[in-house]
Amino acid sequence: MSKSVLVIGARSDIGRATAHAFASQGYMVQLAARKAETLADDARDLEIRHRVDVTLHELDALDLSSHEAFVEGLPVLPDVAICAVGAMGDQKLSETSWQDMASVLRSNFEGPASLFAVLANRMVARGSGTLIGISSVAGVRGRATNYVYGSAKAGFSAYLSGLRNRLARDKTGVHVVTVLPGFVDTQMTRGMDLPARLTAQPVEVGKAIVEAVRKGRNVVYVRPIWQGIMLVIRHIPEFLFKKLSL
Amino acid sequence: MILSGWGRYPRADCMVHRPRDTHDLSASLARAEGSVIARGNGRAYGDSALNRACTIDMRGFDRILAFDPRAGQVVAEAGVLLADIIRVFLPRGWFPAVTPGTKFVTVGGAIASDVHGKNHHKEGSFGAFLDWLDVLCPDGVVRRASARQESELFAWTVGGMGLTGVIVRAAFRLRPVESGWMRQLTLPAPSLSKAMELFEQAGDATYSVAWIDCLASGSAEGRSLVMLGEHAELDNLRGKERQDRWAERSRRERSVPIDFPALLLNRWSVSAFNRLYYANGRRRAGETLVDYDSYFYPLDAVLEWNRIYGRKGFAQFQCVLPLEASEKGLGALLTEIRRSGQGSFLAVLKRMGAQQSRFSFPMEGYTLALDFPFRSSTPKLFAELERIAVDHGGRFYLAKDSQLTPELLRQSDPRTQPFTAMREAGGAAARFQSLQSERLAL
Repeated sequence: MSKSVLVIGARSDIGRATAHAFASQGYMVQLAARKAETLADDARDLEIRHRVDVTLHELDALDLSSHEAFVEGLPVLPDVAICAVGAMGDQKLSETSWQDMASVLRSNFEGPASLFAVLANRMVARGSGTLIGISSVAGVRGRATNYVYGSAKAGFSAYLSGLRNRLARDKTGVHVVTVLPGFVDTQMTRGMDLPARLTAQPVEVGKAIVEAVRKGRNVVYVRPIWQGIMLVIRHIPEFLFKKLSL
Repeated sequence: MILSGWGRYPRADCMVHRPRDTHDLSASLARAEGSVIARGNGRAYGDSALNRACTIDMRGFDRILAFDPRAGQVVAEAGVLLADIIRVFLPRGWFPAVTPGTKFVTVGGAIASDVHGKNHHKEGSFGAFLDWLDVLCPDGVVRRASARQESELFAWTVGGMGLTGVIVRAAFRLRPVESGWMRQLTLPAPSLSKAMELFEQAGDATYSVAWIDCLASGSAEGRSLVMLGEHAELDNLRGKERQDRWAERSRRERSVPIDFPALLLNRWSVSAFNRLYYANGRRRAGETLVDYDSYFYPLDAVLEWNRIYGRKGFAQFQCVLPLEASEKGLGALLTEIRRSGQGSFLAVLKRMGAQQSRFSFPMEGYTLALDFPFRSSTPKLFAELERIAVDHGGRFYLAKDSQLTPELLRQSDPRTQPFTAMREAGGAAARFQSLQSERLAL
């Protein structure tokens, strides 16, 4: 039987590209998002291009109480699950509106963490599986320009790291991959003036993820240059860092 | 965002919207206060897909929606590239029925320009294989148009340069093929009349095209390499070709890393290149087996080849002359090009077949296409060439154009008036405009 992949946040550009990357390797695809029925054209596209079966699944990542039922309702517990849920929000708005801040924290951290908790437990029971969390380089160090989003991603990165530790230590057969894509040319970043050399296309992210699963990688930067940049950013002393505009 | 066509001239600062579905698209159109133009993969050479106030990048419409293997019919969204169609369907035994010289065009762009390929003399343009299309009209409604329903909309949209509405998706037919290989026959022609004679004799060949030396003079004027082609059948393949039936082994893509200094291209370097190229072609004359990529898309292997013309970009001249005036007209064009000392190694001559369409470029006769690096003297040279083409009853390919004037367009093509009348009557004139349509008062 062919392997299967669950894409949570299947409408996002990274979610779509990752679905294609796995489908091209023969994986059956489960697409999950709000208003899943509107992804019917994407499902047809995946089926025609890659000749794999695709199913659509309604999911509200913020409705934590629904997550057990959502996973229960999947036709099969997937071999690989990717969470590409997230929202950049508006930093300025998040500084003054608790509703906005809470929504950024919840969609980037709480929702994904809850989904992975449910999936991890079931994969452990089965004894195999891979969980892939799309986190962000913004979570490496909080910056004035996007620290609400960044802190949620930092929380998610720490969660993934801890989950990976637990599942590896207990020899569960389940692996966790943290993806730090850097800048990606997506709907979320459209209109931002991003340097081309640092900006990956969604297709690159999808390929990097398939490769990471194949090689059993732990933390993945899509473009290697980001690893260097983050090394520098991590090591700037705080008394300097706090005065910088990055 | 600074945008340009493939020729990198002209450039304009455009507001770009990138919708991903018809819902987003309708919203973009509703929000836009002035006019908009749809843009595919930016392979039109000039200003066809530029609108400062609102350029709609259709590459988010990238889904293949259906395939009927009995009819070979694909339904695809407008932003799907021919390269995607080939990647998906060639290994299943299908190839685009009509393809231009690059596979990096979108389906929407191929329809809007009603592109032609090396098989035009025999099989017509892209529109000949189009079953229906969906168009977002000036009133915000998406209509399905075909030869039977909304036939006026269909007829004007094919070759309509995106000026009737936004093409959203389309159904078109592929051709069955047995392999990804081509049988290519190269025939040297020492003169223009000999090249034309070869074309006239080769009417049955599925594909035909010629590279022409636009700088050779005297008795060598118009010397060409006429290249005929057929899809290879399985029986034609041996050894490594047979093992790689669909020609999938990846060819390394190269990219031009920098803008070449414009000085590199001058009459001496080009004419030296042309001499070598012709001699080489003559030595290798005869039949060879080549993969579809090298056959149809030799330049696609060099990504961003448009940068060899330097930072100022380039302009392409492409006209078609009616059959009876072709030899005389082509001769006059070549003389003028040689006199100017400009011209390039990418000069292409092709016999076109008859075509009845509302506003598409092709007509029965000969088409000549060549690139010129953009210089201050370029507009003057173009004006001369355009004058010669019009005097011989020719017309121009809008997908390549960046230089034409409204007057010359109308002199060359009496279909312009009904086209603009249609745009006025249906409300498209106010809603859909490009820098080209403004320049040409379309």
